[in-house]
Formats: sequence, structure tokens, C-alpha cells
Amino acid sequence: MQVDLFLTCVNDALFPATGQATVRLLERLGHRVRFNPAQTCCGQMHLNTGYAGDALELARKFVRDFGDAEAVVAPSGSCVAMVRELYPQAARWAGDEALREEVEALAPRVFELSEFLVNRLGVTDVGAYYPHRVTYHPTCHALRALRVGDAPLRLLREVRGMTLLTLEGAEECCGFGGTFAVKNPDVSAAMLADKVRHILDTGAEACTAGDNSCLLHIGGGLHRLRSGARTVHLAEILASTEGEAPA
Amino acid sequence: MSDPRPSKAQMSEAQTGKADHSGLRPAQPFPAAARAEVQRPQLRANLRKVTHTIRDKRARAVAELPHWEELRALGAATKDASLAGLSERLLELEASVRARGGQVHWARDGAEACEIIARLAGAHGADEVIKVKSITSDEIGLNAALAEQGVHAIETDLAELIVQLSDDRPSHILVPAIHRNRAEIQALFNAALPGEGELSDLPADLAGAARRYLRRKFLTTRVAVSGANFAVAETGTVCVVESEGNGRMCLTLPEVLITVMGIEKVLGTWEDMSVFLELLPRSSTAERMNPYTSFWSGVTPGDGPQEFHLVLLDNGRSDVLADRFGRQTLRCIRCSACLNVCPVYERAGGHAYGSVYPGPIGAILTPQLLGMHDKNANTLPGASSLCGACYDVCPVAINIPQVLIYLRTQANVQKGLSAEALAMKGLKAAMSGGERFEAALNLARLGQGPLVRGDAISWLPGALSGWTQTRDLRPLPQESFRAWWRERERAGAGGNGGEAGTPSGGEE
Repeated sequence: MQVDLFLTCVNDALFPATGQATVRLLERLGHRVRFNPAQTCCGQMHLNTGYAGDALELARKFVRDFGDAEAVVAPSGSCVAMVRELYPQAARWAGDEALREEVEALAPRVFELSEFLVNRLGVTDVGAYYPHRVTYHPTCHALRALRVGDAPLRLLREVRGMTLLTLEGAEECCGFGGTFAVKNPDVSAAMLADKVRHILDTGAEACTAGDNSCLLHIGGGLHRLRSGARTVHLAEILASTEGEAPA
Repeated sequence: MSDPRPSKAQMSEAQTGKADHSGLRPAQPFPAAARAEVQRPQLRANLRKVTHTIRDKRARAVAELPHWEELRALGAATKDASLAGLSERLLELEASVRARGGQVHWARDGAEACEIIARLAGAHGADEVIKVKSITSDEIGLNAALAEQGVHAIETDLAELIVQLSDDRPSHILVPAIHRNRAEIQALFNAALPGEGELSDLPADLAGAARRYLRRKFLTTRVAVSGANFAVAETGTVCVVESEGNGRMCLTLPEVLITVMGIEKVLGTWEDMSVFLELLPRSSTAERMNPYTSFWSGVTPGDGPQEFHLVLLDNGRSDVLADRFGRQTLRCIRCSACLNVCPVYERAGGHAYGSVYPGPIGAILTPQLLGMHDKNANTLPGASSLCGACYDVCPVAINIPQVLIYLRTQANVQKGLSAEALAMKGLKAAMSGGERFEAALNLARLGQGPLVRGDAISWLPGALSGWTQTRDLRPLPQESFRAWWRERERAGAGGNGGEAGTPSGGEE
């Protein structure tokens, strides 16, 4: 299958390794990966901060960049939720029916990585090897907006060499919420404190998730505490194989 | 750019010349209020324990019904249909109540409603009224308004009584004294309930003291004030659901009953109401059936109050209804399930919201009732990480996260041009094309240099300092993904599909 990688701006700028891992993984599974360098950002931060006009300009750009794709795959639950759930809604708010129809036509072809692998391709064993103790944090948008369910866990359970540890309060938000983290820093930090405590209680070396924006937040907390635990995107675990030195 | 129009509550104050007792208007922005609250360990512990207990019980109660999602959709559709024909239904309700011997009053705002209720109490020479727990009465600041007229309102719900005796404010829709612990209540009752001797901190002891105090009031007070959970237009029936039996006492013993009800509570038929009597208890108290469900239709000679007044309150609801994207907020049946699953509510508590409607529902209801120009209420839609837990549990499927986002945009429109708005415009411009994005990244990489210590940024200036108070930030790596991809293309690498990386569209 021809897969258009929608990398997302956060990954492009801050987590290139996640993008590289996604490419490696999809190619290993026999798919052709395209990266349209015109792509930038879905506008999630703009919309969620209350700038629907700016966000809609980026939505129109997204339609231009990905409109003809067979399948668009992003290693980010929240950006996919933005496209599939919030683009049509924001277009409705603006009374832009043409855009709403365009984004609704495109939405069924846009996938978060784990749901693409498990639900669209029917794969759970991607041949990964990752000899570490890992705990998994299900991110809010993947869980409650995209309903990816246990797709990430089914992928993780097949990873060889890895010990998967159960995270208490896993389904609770880490407190990131985009600009929420800077506009409501005290509540955000209180939420993060509980998340970090639960992660450290598992004794995991790394916390994984399908969204680097949440991991940026969780990782920022773990690093500030000098906890020794780190974060790693799901794609990077799934791309690791026995032949390579794992990250 | 500030909006010159006064808010609704300000208008009513100007019109009536009376003090504004509105329980809606926050005294400060949410982030500032929350900052103080998150630092109270007892509050955090109480909130954590209670919200997790109720949330788990609710999940079990809901899981018992295999058709819950259908019921939830029916609840949403029933409320939407009622709201779509609200004016007809209200007129029908008015006619039905009058036909059964009740009297109906219309109040545009809280001040008008308070005036009506104070006048009615005054007409009966009452210096005390007993009250069934009613958030609507708290919304309009009824107790303070009655006190100004020399009428003392006595709360008869145990938690409301605790809040009232300690001159406090409710912090939860269902559990108003969620922020209080047993030791505090013991001290309070020992000071405030005369003739009880020294009370222990045993729950039975404390409840017994409250029961004796309240029973005297039930048996001697002639006027009662209640809210309403629902009203049925076709028969003029009003419904109150409660758990302690205090409501049943207030609704049956006094001679005069005055009910204040938000206009959105009206339903067409009894069949409509049956949906909510299934949805509400499981969502609210995690019970299969509500313990005390009282219905009354006008006045029944020789049985119960012989005079009944229904005060129908607008107080901003018509404006909420007029907004096609915000109006789903009016479906709310005040179950408080969204509070119990909200990670923000769990840490900040109800008082941080500065309104009688806290939590996720309060974050969308309060600013809409006040109008989006209230500077403090404007910050409430921001009091969410948009995690979506509230929408999942809402028994009438209010998409709270989407309404929050919608209201953030409305709030920004009211604020006009701001530093934040300019920053967002700048970012959007940087995102308008791949090359611009890359140029912006290169600039940012230069700019971050002085901030990077070791492998992290631990201090950021200005508006971004909120992040680095408690978290480090990963710096931008030297090479972006797109730079790596370009190199790979140049080197002719690619996947086993061969034709890797043909762009699907041109650069902007």
C-alpha cells in the first residue's frame, strides 16, 4: 500500500527519530512511504487555544497536502483526532460547508499508527525486539476520540524481549493538553505529578505512548526529577529489531 | 478591546438597584484560583478519594445496562426535542400548573426571581423558609437576597446545611461539602447546633444531631423553597429527586411551596421523564433507582402544601439556547458524573471555578449564562486538558470538550487582539509551507542556544515559564525529520516499494 506519512510538526521538529522509525516500520511491512515536504501542522494548538480561524487555514492546507492520498498515517493520536473529529466541527462553526465535506471525505483515510497497523492492516506482530522494561500510557485522544482501544497494547504484547508493566491510573490524562500546560501550570503539574508517580511505581525504564506531545510532557517531568526513567514513542519500539542496537 | 456592554447580572443590578448575589460570577481567573486550591493536601486527598469512589461505582452501575448507549442517545434526543420547542412547552406547563391550582411566575434573571420569592415569603409573614437542595437557588443567590428581606433560609440537605452553617460555598453539584472532612464537621456542629451537648465524630452521631435540628424546622416552618429536576408540561407535574428524605419533608409539610426552576428543565411528557429517571441515578449517585423521587401537580386539597408557586427562571438560558453550537449545554441534568471523572476538578476542586456550577459542565455553563464577556468566567473554558473523560460519562452526551473549544474561540473573539493572538498568527504563518517551517526551525535552533543546559531547557521566559516551573523541555535536535528525509531521497534510499517519497502536492 502507498502510505502518506503525516508526521506532525512536533515530531518533525523535536522527535525526528519517531518519524524515521515509522518509515522503517512501514517499509519493513512492505509498504511504500511518501513524505510530502509541503506538510507542516494540523492546527490543533490553534484550535484548542481558541483560534479557529487560524486552525481552519491549516485545515485547508492539510486537505491540499493529503487530499489525494490512499492512506494517511500519523504517529500521533491527537493530530489524527484533530483531523477526523475537529476539522468537520470547526468547519461547521465557521459555516464552511465545502471544507466540511472535503475533510469528511478525507477523514476515513487518515489513521493513527497503531489503529492503521491493527485495524486496517490486521497486523499485531511486527517483528519487533526491544529488551527493556516498559509501561504504556494510553493517550486521551487516541483512547477517547479515536477509540483505538487496545490496539497499541496488542502490538506491544508481541514485542520480543520486552517486559510490559501495567500502569496504574493509565487512562488518566497526564495534564499536557497543549497550551493548558502553560496557561494552567499548577493544575497541569498536579496531574503530571500523579502520572509520573504511577510510572515510577512500575519500575519501568521507559514509558511509551502513541503521541509525542504527551511524552514531551511526561518526559519533561521525569527529566526534571532526574528519575532515570525515559520516554519512547511506540513507533520506535515497534521499529526496533534484533539486528539493530535498540534505542 | 473590551466589550462595552454590561453583563447580564450587571444589567439586572442596574435595573433593579439591588445588590447582585449571583452565584455564577467567579471572583478571579481560574488559573489563579486553582493555584491556591491545588496546594491544600486535605482537599486533594478528599477529592481524590470521593471522586474515585463515585466514579468506580458509577462505572459499575452503568455497565449493568447493556443498552446504556441507546438510553444515552435517547436522553440527548429527548432533551434536544424539548429545547427545540421550549417556548410552547413552557406555555403548556404554565397552563397545566394553573389548571391544577398552582401559580406561575416568570423571572428574566436572578434578581427578578429573588424578588418574586422574597415577596411571596413576605406575604405569608415568614421569617424562616426551609429549602430543598437547589443549585438554581444558589445560582441566583437566593439565601442572601432573602436575608436582606429579613427571611432566614434553612438548608435541609445535610451537606448543604454543613456548607451553610460554616458560611462556606458548595464545591460539588452532588456532594456540596466534598471538601470537608469529619473532624471539621464535628467542630462545626458542636459550635452551631445548640442543645446537642458534646458530639463525637461518629457519622451516626453527627447525622443524628442534624436530624433533630432539621425535624424541628420541618415541623414548624410554614414556607418551603425548592428547585426542580424536571417538570412535565402535559400534566404540570414538577419532580425533585433526592436521597435523604429532607426533600420529601419540605415538599409535603409546609403550607406554602415555592419552586424555582430553570426553564430548560421542562419536558413534554411522562414518557420523556422516564428516560431521565433511569439515566440520572446511575450517573449521579451510582444507584439503580433514586431513593426519594417526589412528584406534585399543582395543589391537592387537604394534602400537602395548599399554595404552590412555580418560578420559571431564564437568567441567560435563552441566550444559550440561541447559540446553535453552545445549546447542547442545556441538556444537562446536573448529575455531576463529569465532575467525578475530571482530572482538573479532582486537583483544583469546585471552589476554583468560582461558580455554583463547577467542573467540566460548569466550565461551559457558567460563561455562557453570564455571556462570554465576563473576564473571569472567560477563563473557565480553558480549565481543561480536553482529555474527553467528561463526554464519555455524560448521560445526555453533551460533547463538553468540543463546546470548551468552541467557547475558547468565542472568548478570544471577545478579547480581541492580544499578545497570544499575535503569537498564534506568527506560528500559523510559519506553518504555511514546508520551507517556511524549516526556516522557522533553523531560527528557533539558534534562539534556543542560550537556554539549553546539558540535554534540556530548564528555564523559559514569560508566558512559557509555566512549563519550566515543574518540567524540563527537550531542545530541538540539530536535524529535523524533513532534513533527514531530503538526504535520504538524495542518496536514493527508499523502501522496498521503490518509489519512495514522491510529493503529492507542491510547496505552497
